[in-house]
Amino acid sequence: MSAELKTFAALLARDVRVLRRNFGQFLTRTIMQPLLFVFVFAYVFPKIGQGFHGGPRGVSFTTVLVPGLIAVAINFQGIQAVALPLVQEFSVSKEIEDRVLAPVPVWAVGLEKIVAGAMQSLIAAGVVFPIVYLVHAHGAAPSVHVHDPALFAFALLFSSLLAAALGLFIGTVLDPRKVTLLFAVVVLPLTFLGCVYYPWADLTPILWLKVLVLFNPLVYMTEGLRTSLTPELPHMAIWASMLALLGGSLALALVSLHTFTRRVVT
Amino acid sequence: MRKVYGSLVAVDGLELEVGRGEFFGLLGPNGAGKSTTIGMLTTTVFPTGGRAFVSGLDVRRQAAEVKRQIGVVSQANTLDRALTVWENLYYHGRFFGVSRAKASLRADELLEQFALTERADAMVLQLSGGLAQRLMIARALVHEPQVLFLDEPTSGIDPQTRINLWRILRDLQEQGQTTLLTTHYMEEADALCERIAIIDHGKALAVGSPAELKQRHGDETLLTVTVEGDTTRLAERAERLDGVTAVEREGATVRVRTTASGGVLAQLMQAAGELGLPVRDATSLPPSLETVFLNLTGREYRE
Repeated sequence: MSAELKTFAALLARDVRVLRRNFGQFLTRTIMQPLLFVFVFAYVFPKIGQGFHGGPRGVSFTTVLVPGLIAVAINFQGIQAVALPLVQEFSVSKEIEDRVLAPVPVWAVGLEKIVAGAMQSLIAAGVVFPIVYLVHAHGAAPSVHVHDPALFAFALLFSSLLAAALGLFIGTVLDPRKVTLLFAVVVLPLTFLGCVYYPWADLTPILWLKVLVLFNPLVYMTEGLRTSLTPELPHMAIWASMLALLGGSLALALVSLHTFTRRVVT
Repeated sequence: MRKVYGSLVAVDGLELEVGRGEFFGLLGPNGAGKSTTIGMLTTTVFPTGGRAFVSGLDVRRQAAEVKRQIGVVSQANTLDRALTVWENLYYHGRFFGVSRAKASLRADELLEQFALTERADAMVLQLSGGLAQRLMIARALVHEPQVLFLDEPTSGIDPQTRINLWRILRDLQEQGQTTLLTTHYMEEADALCERIAIIDHGKALAVGSPAELKQRHGDETLLTVTVEGDTTRLAERAERLDGVTAVEREGATVRVRTTASGGVLAQLMQAAGELGLPVRDATSLPPSLETVFLNLTGREYRE
């Protein structure tokens, strides 16, 4: 292994060590939101006979939710795992000053952060999947099948990379004093307007919204997963979501590595 | 080397050479350009102009290779908060390609050497400032760097901790560790460094061993006499004394610079007695790095 790759692997090993130490915390922050969501909307609502009797075209609402909530977990984890520690490291702890002295080009330190973040997003997807699949009232089971494993793997992988690259970008441009606004201004709008609770195709009656949400990366994550998990639901064309995930990951990775390097080398 | 931030020239054509095994000090007031210089040599500040080499490697073109050769202790506490004391050393070694077994061994050795073994499993946030500083120096040594950079390692720590750190740094010096230290403590530079560059406004004002600098730039003794009454006539008498190079008056105090080795203060006190001025206070500051420093960088207050 070349010296640079060894350093890269060691940086990853450090992040894995920290993740293992804080795994309880990781699980809690990953599980709570989707668990409560499916509990209320897939279990409580059907039980008390309130709202959401099936999604579009007779498909249960839980079927709409499964890919959506997995995508939210991926997106949330990518931002959380990369952006928040980075904002800390730039402002309070200054740890980043030492990390960029690792003997690799500065961009490689940023790339490692994207890879580590994507890894956490993938783990989050794995943790959330059984929860959103299994928690529901009798008769409200989601209809989910991995029709095309390669397509599913591609969507998962590039959704995770996209989320982590977004995290790196936010972490390098966000003013540390405004970090409390991250959830209100970024995470919540992305989530609620990310075609999580409704397929993108069904937005046609609100055409301006249908066009506007195309700027939201989460839309491509949910639609990509929907394509591979619940193809009976209307979804964006395969080529469109997959191209957006692939191109978006690469473009955002390049941009965020640039902003990262600019930030640490003055 | 040169570094310009907008309209601010932080480093202005600084030229330096540090030999292998040398303990070299950059001494200067706040804002003199010391940290910017260290930043350029350690690849985190990109030079606006000029060239610099560390172990023969160009800091602009071979940044990753340069990083492999250096250990850096920065001003801020940059320890990894998510790791224990031992892990900070172990993973640092791993970043630099040290094998698992060797990194583990080095971590144990350095904890022993820096008297941190008892705190091996503590999280770094639990360490006091002095212990954290020691751990930062230990961490910079895990991969046995060719050059060690210490950026104001003792600023803001208590005197006991500082003396303890000096002992550690002196050990490094004896082991022949090439080291570049920045400081604004004169006595620190005097105690530790074989050679010193006094820098201000991004330029080297003088370079040499502490003894050479004192001889070259600090050959004046500074005397101050404070009396009760008008100092006009006392200052006139002072100007006529042998070996006096400058006289200043400030309120009830007369400040005299002299190259004469002794006797001037006694003559001043005698003159004050003859003029009927009771002497309140009298001091003599012999040549030191402090007088060298003040002679070269001036006395005006720096932020």
